[in-house]
Amino acid sequence: MKKTFTSGNIAVAEGAITAGLKFYAGYPITPSSEIMEYLAEKLPRLGGVVIQMEDEIASINAIIGASWAGVKSMTATSGPGFSLMAEAIGLAVITETPIVVVNVMRAGPSTGVPTKTSQSDVLQARWLAHGDYIVPCYVPWSVQEAYDLTIKAFNTAELLRTPVIVLSDAVIAHLWEPLVIYDEGEVPIINRKIPKTGEKVIPYKPDPDLIPPMPIFGRGFKAIVESLVHDERGYYAPRDESYKSLVSRLHIKILKRLDYVFDYETYYCSNECEYMLVSYGSTARIAYVAMLELRKRGFKVCMLRLKTLWPLDSEKISKSCNASRIIVLENNMGKVYMDIERIFKDREVYPAPLLSLELPSLREVIEVINTWL
Amino acid sequence: MAVENPKYIHPLDRHLRTDRIPTMYCPGCGIGIALGAMFRAIDKRTREGLLDPDKIVWVGGIGCSARATLYVNYDAAHVLHGRAISFATGVVLANPSLQVIVIGGDGDIAGIGGNHLVHAAKRNIDMIVVMITNFVYAMTGGQVAPTTPLGVKTTTTPRGNPEPPLNVIKLLASLNANYVARASTTTPHYIESFFYKALGIKGFRFIEVVSTCPEIYGRHIGLRDPVEMYNELKKRIKYKQKPTIEEADISWETGIVIGEFVERNMPSYLELLGKVRVE
Repeated sequence: MKKTFTSGNIAVAEGAITAGLKFYAGYPITPSSEIMEYLAEKLPRLGGVVIQMEDEIASINAIIGASWAGVKSMTATSGPGFSLMAEAIGLAVITETPIVVVNVMRAGPSTGVPTKTSQSDVLQARWLAHGDYIVPCYVPWSVQEAYDLTIKAFNTAELLRTPVIVLSDAVIAHLWEPLVIYDEGEVPIINRKIPKTGEKVIPYKPDPDLIPPMPIFGRGFKAIVESLVHDERGYYAPRDESYKSLVSRLHIKILKRLDYVFDYETYYCSNECEYMLVSYGSTARIAYVAMLELRKRGFKVCMLRLKTLWPLDSEKISKSCNASRIIVLENNMGKVYMDIERIFKDREVYPAPLLSLELPSLREVIEVINTWL
Repeated sequence: MAVENPKYIHPLDRHLRTDRIPTMYCPGCGIGIALGAMFRAIDKRTREGLLDPDKIVWVGGIGCSARATLYVNYDAAHVLHGRAISFATGVVLANPSLQVIVIGGDGDIAGIGGNHLVHAAKRNIDMIVVMITNFVYAMTGGQVAPTTPLGVKTTTTPRGNPEPPLNVIKLLASLNANYVARASTTTPHYIESFFYKALGIKGFRFIEVVSTCPEIYGRHIGLRDPVEMYNELKKRIKYKQKPTIEEADISWETGIVIGEFVERNMPSYLELLGKVRVE
């Protein structure tokens, strides 16, 4: 391993390299551009390709193609570009294509404030495209975690044959912190299952883990990449039974591995807790400091921080602490709050929405929390 | 339905997923003619030891022509409307040993996918794009297409198309494509020979196939009968050796010139990236 000092954007790029990235297609957009710039310099030296496409639609479709050609691929963008990627997220879902999409959140709607932060895309990350599906989404709160969760995103994509979203934001992107970069063998790297050469392949026939081995191009598998609802052969199947079986498998294959996908941390949870803050991403950094400050002032407060935003593990979250009052702190109008309220239906759950273009100040956060104390 | 009796096996059957036949194509549709010609070119290249069928990848977006990817017995992708070229770009850059063939209609390739077409040709990226022009959005029932001639009544231009058509040959000739040709389903031998040639060239290769669509487009122009439409198109098709770009205009009145409009030997995108050796 080696220790360095770098930004969240570069940590994402380094995480992707550690995970085995070989193809990156993207379109410049603030505040994500450094990811592509850094990879454009470094990835070709490692045998990979970086291409700047004509738009974000082309970028995400190109990485889906590259994944079918057998390599790990990624794109990064911000809100407006992420919106353009909507349809292709659905393509990656239905064709079970492992890809990683990084959305470095900035303020919206529309062009919004390109250079400033926000957490307003959390539900967009969940349900960007039309149709029924689950896409895992990780949300880092530090430079180190931007690196670690990017690796985890690739591992999840490869393990479950699914697109995975890394939801960073302008604060994490441009924050500089120490970063430990692992060498080969120091961190688990997962690679997709591929059928054996010469094997007769039924392209969408799942193994018992519900994941079909991926018949990548060029090996004589006669792969079928099908965006239509299809049966196990990959043939268009506009029938109730095929539709139900495909769409439910696409859900269950991820939920079955919720133990792997869902990750969180708690701080200072005990039987004494009266309040619990729930937060994630860059906002969790200030929420953590606010918790320490409130504890100093004598409040029995603890904190839960989500590392995985979607899918949430309701059981783990509801059992995380006995605190009777839950305060959900996020830099948007109160979006993850809706799910936390559902999960803690037997407790008092309060929204603590912030609309702050910078990382909110401690005073600002305490003020919002104070409303509910 | 798979044909079991060897007496009935067509020499091109091995290119097809025969269990998916019959296709969804209407009587008189030109796509089968184009596909057959392409298969014969692939056959020839394969026999000559110049092409490994396992390295061929077909990519289509959405539309009747793109749906050919469902029937080919190769690695094949049926992806999003307009995005076949983007998908194909990722495929060939991730594995330069693959021979990527994009097939689609004029709506898929030059309408919704127009921006990707322009940039793929600008990059001279290593792929073949076969655009089957039927002058109409057929799968959705007969709406105006980028190639629909001025004045033609369609379901979305009931007073006549107020827009002059997009000439894709002229567009691509202005970019960096290594090969730009046009054939017609009334001249399948030219589809075959142009496609055969394209399979041996690096960089971006584009073949427009002017086709018949009696069911949908024929209805709009009074040529509903497949044989009549085929014959009417055939009358207008003129092959020219080395036609000029100006001759690429498509006109039902003065005729449609087919031939090889652009032949260049510029370094391809893969060559410039250093992914394959420059000869």
